[in-house]
Amino acid sequence: MPELTPAATASPLRRARPAILVLAVLLAAFALLPHVYGNLSLLFTLMAFITLAQGLNLLYGFTGYLPFGYVGFFGCGAYAASLLVLHTGWPMLVCVGIGGVAAVAMALILGPLLRLSGAYFSIASLAASQILYFVVSNTNLADVTGGPYGLKIERVFSPTGSYYTMLAILLAATALAAWLRLSAFGMGLQAMKQDPVSAAMAGVPVVRMRLLAWLISAAVAGLCGAAYAWNISVFYPDAVFTLQISVFAIVFALFGGVGTVIGPIVGAVILYSLYSAIGISTPQYFQLIYGVLIVLLVLFLPGGVLSLFARRGIRVF
Amino acid sequence: MSSELLRLERVNKRFGGHVVLADVSFAVAPGEILGLVGPNGSGKTTTINVISGLYRADSGRITFDGHPVHHVPMHKLAHLGINRTFQVPKTFRDMTVRQNIEVAAHFGHAGAPVDIDSILRDIDLHKHAGKTAGSLTVNQQKLLDLGRALATGPKLLLVDEIGAGLNPAELGGIADLLRKLSQRGIALIVVEHLMAFLGSITSRVIVLGAGRMLFEGSLDAASHHPEVVAAFFGGEV
Repeated sequence: MPELTPAATASPLRRARPAILVLAVLLAAFALLPHVYGNLSLLFTLMAFITLAQGLNLLYGFTGYLPFGYVGFFGCGAYAASLLVLHTGWPMLVCVGIGGVAAVAMALILGPLLRLSGAYFSIASLAASQILYFVVSNTNLADVTGGPYGLKIERVFSPTGSYYTMLAILLAATALAAWLRLSAFGMGLQAMKQDPVSAAMAGVPVVRMRLLAWLISAAVAGLCGAAYAWNISVFYPDAVFTLQISVFAIVFALFGGVGTVIGPIVGAVILYSLYSAIGISTPQYFQLIYGVLIVLLVLFLPGGVLSLFARRGIRVF
Repeated sequence: MSSELLRLERVNKRFGGHVVLADVSFAVAPGEILGLVGPNGSGKTTTINVISGLYRADSGRITFDGHPVHHVPMHKLAHLGINRTFQVPKTFRDMTVRQNIEVAAHFGHAGAPVDIDSILRDIDLHKHAGKTAGSLTVNQQKLLDLGRALATGPKLLLVDEIGAGLNPAELGGIADLLRKLSQRGIALIVVEHLMAFLGSITSRVIVLGAGRMLFEGSLDAASHHPEVVAAFFGGEV
């Protein structure tokens, strides 16, 4: 695991420098790329997955709680924002924001899951996301949620608007990760990840801080889902509740290295690019190549690619 | 300063049908060092776990500084001024020694600014401040536990077998440190098997046997008490 915060002697601005650098690079890259690369939809999906990997990192990387059902918050945000814009016609940006709020509300309801830990927590959160999926896609609720027929919000369709909204969410998620990396709050989370009993005895309000990390992580997924729904504008329930979204977010974050700021970004950029390349060139071998890659990763690089640097004593932000 | 910092009244704790603490009652004054002795399984560590909030007592009352604390969660007890070390040290292994103490200094609500360097010198780890806690020896990790506890500005410190595995010189150092802490007004409850060590720092010990208080008084008197002798060596009382 890479080093934590540097000594408190450095000035706040100096300590925040790597964070500002990462944010500037992300902003520049995704603001300029549409001018040189025409496939806006691919860039959008890439941003969505970086955001999800980063959002998952906020919880898993800093508290050790791995939510297999992370996609539940994504779907929750997508449905809340879409239903709201259908029924109220409010500006889509407002609806995206409320999509994030809806995911936080759902995370509050599911808060007691945090009483579990390890694999039990992961499986329970997975079950919760499946419950959401089955409720939303239920034919009897077709009048309310669209049921299995999904939702259409094509009248607010805006590839550019949703693109820059997603960019803003990506930057916010990355800034949150940087805050956890640099703040005392993040240090407290790291402490309770390593030993919750000692952390409590050191005065860390373990339950409250873990819940807060869970809500923040859910907010990121909810906003991301809402912006995603805006971007595709016509979707079936399985498009925003498919387990593949959770799996991608987890694999991308793990591949880069969790508990860091740039790990999930690096992981998502490399693996999603690879995914797109294989999917286009040799789709028949896609699952084989991807599967072998994940097995090799778990066996030989459990700390992610960035652990290669950390192992050589290079501090990874 | 009141004459009583902590009071346990008829504290009971059982795990399933097994009685671990039966009607344990005692009090500790500020600045006092109280020894807690007894054979393995007699309830010493459980007593510490109940006071520090890791376990809830099934019945009974614990008062600290005049407030009932038997339903207060651990982190709030830390804020009130109760802290502890662990028999098997529980440091934040991937953090540096200094960060371990920084966490407690930041979240511990010590009430006064915490001088991390002076704590590091007290526990003799100032030369290792930049090392990760996991790379320390077990004894050093026990001291780091103690340092982390000190960073929360405790009024009561529960010290669980800090002497086990130390050589006589190191034991002397720890004894000096604990005495120094008590002179600052910190009350200490020290669980220990090393009687010479305990005798050098305490004026009063409590002997537990199978969860019951067998004896309360000086360590010297304890060694002649028939029930205490029976608990340690067996035989008729």
